[in-house]
Amino acid sequence: MTDQRPTGPPQRVRVTSPYADRTRTRPRPSAASEIDAHTEVGEIYVRALLRTQLRQALGTLLLLAGTIGLLPLAFHAFPVLTEKHVVGMPLSWVLLAFGCYPVLVLLAWRYVRASERNEAEFVHVVERS
Amino acid sequence: MSTDVNIAYGITAVVLVSAATLAIGTWGLRFSRTTSDFFVASRSVRPGLNAGAISGEYLSGASFLGVAGLVLAFGGEMLWYPVGWTAGYLVLLVLVAAPLRRSGAYTLPDFAEARLDSRAVRTASSILVVAIGWLYLMPQFQAAGVALRSSTGMAPWAGGLVVAVVVLANVLAGGMRSITFVQVFQYWLKLTALLVPLVFLVIVWLSDGGSSPAAADVVVDGVTGRDWADPISGDHPLYSTYLLMIATFLGTMGLPHVAVRYYTNPDGRAARKTTLVVLGLLGAFYVLPPVYGALGRLYAPDLVGGGSTDSVVLELPQRMVGGVGGDLLTALLVGGAFAAFLATSSGLTVAVAGVVSQDVTSRRFEGVTAFRIAAVIAVTVPLSLALLARDVSVATVVGLAFAMAAATFGPLLVLGIWWRGLTAAGAVAGLVVGGLLTGFAVIDNLVTDRSEGWYAALMAQPAAWAVPLSVATTVLVSLGTRPPRAAHVSRVMVRLHTPENVDLDRS
Repeated sequence: MTDQRPTGPPQRVRVTSPYADRTRTRPRPSAASEIDAHTEVGEIYVRALLRTQLRQALGTLLLLAGTIGLLPLAFHAFPVLTEKHVVGMPLSWVLLAFGCYPVLVLLAWRYVRASERNEAEFVHVVERS
Repeated sequence: MSTDVNIAYGITAVVLVSAATLAIGTWGLRFSRTTSDFFVASRSVRPGLNAGAISGEYLSGASFLGVAGLVLAFGGEMLWYPVGWTAGYLVLLVLVAAPLRRSGAYTLPDFAEARLDSRAVRTASSILVVAIGWLYLMPQFQAAGVALRSSTGMAPWAGGLVVAVVVLANVLAGGMRSITFVQVFQYWLKLTALLVPLVFLVIVWLSDGGSSPAAADVVVDGVTGRDWADPISGDHPLYSTYLLMIATFLGTMGLPHVAVRYYTNPDGRAARKTTLVVLGLLGAFYVLPPVYGALGRLYAPDLVGGGSTDSVVLELPQRMVGGVGGDLLTALLVGGAFAAFLATSSGLTVAVAGVVSQDVTSRRFEGVTAFRIAAVIAVTVPLSLALLARDVSVATVVGLAFAMAAATFGPLLVLGIWWRGLTAAGAVAGLVVGGLLTGFAVIDNLVTDRSEGWYAALMAQPAAWAVPLSVATTVLVSLGTRPPRAAHVSRVMVRLHTPENVDLDRS
């Protein structure tokens, strides 16, 4: 294929085939039709989307494990969390009863935004082609 | 305890909630005409509304009354329950929410059949939906009986019957569409019913000096405040906490009444937005019950010795506020508790009836009639079980339903959505192994009463070992059997994962 980007010296010469115009005007198969026909190219599009979404999901689960999932260990390792009182209750109790829910909402919000962005990119790629 | 006056208030509250439920259900009926309306509200429920319905249906008696009772009786370690029940929605959001909606199926068996193209998987899934649904419905009816007895003076069997009749009337009339509006109403009713009395209770507590329920010198039933409040106290602190986490985190997505609500979203993006709102609504609710439990330690310590901690939410207003004000607040709480039983039972009834009608009654009857007959079956069986069976703790049985869901539909959904290699044989094997293992634990828990040692801890949280075994079975059998047709799997993956606004073949 041809490459028209200027890549510095030596000066490139554009070489075209006499049939170039004809091949270019023939509509290339769109990404959507590749996906519909389950060609190798189509599979690559779908697999790439799946992989990014799965990575996003597992990343969120890791964050869940690294925040709320670590609380029991933290309470076990640092008894001071239970000794120290805030609003009349031990800090560990307050964290567990009130503190976990904002973290969950925050993780969910972050995930929803990221997964929608992944899908928007997929739509962009499929529709551009 | 109960006097004639507050019994009158309690009965009034139950009648009002029932009347409002039926009225809203009838109003929703105007929109509900086709078979699709009955099952999934024709998939046109907006995220805010749908999230209200999901939360309203999810917050059962175990949440409204049970969490406060558990916190009062066993202290800080019980706080993991509401946290786990909420975190389950985050796991559901990231692993299944959007693909589940995009699968375009009505019920979990529909999803299984669409993904694996196999009648055997469908049959196994249908049996499990009914099993989990009934396991979850039975304690709802029982707990409703117990709660209504203490607040309205009804006979214990009558409470369950009242809940069953109101649920059935509503489901028979309007199916899923009217249930949607009813459940949104019931979420806000439950939140209000818990929040308003709590404001008064906290004011009383502060004016009494605001002493800490966790102070070392507050000894209830031989347990000091410090030991009570500790979130990892108990005999098996760390591992039993993690076992509980696994069960609650993974169980939510496999519950049939939760899954069925995902099909009512307009599309996959809406399904995600709905789940995000659900997390907010559940969080707003679950910060309240632990406060009741903690105040109960100061104002109702006698309930701990008497073993009736589940009624702490209903008892506190009379003990702390008293007079007509206390009676009115109690009536509000009774109404909220009744709404909790109604909402969860309705959702489960629709889920079970959907499966029974598609797989059994639709062979003899058509569309809406088949659904109505299935709804009667779906309610009658667990109601009879509840009346016949001995009293079991609502939180225990609900926990077992979570475990069974986590060990059966959990792996099926996650592997079905993310792993191309899943085969029909693997899925059936996983469902059978998960169902049998957790079923064994259910029977063990209902028949015997253990509290000591590793065996008891493992039996109390069967999800912790049944889930890995079920996943391993599914994967190994899938790898050992003939892989599914690549073209079919590819087509399903496109449908599950690509956004609806791309013009693709989704047949």
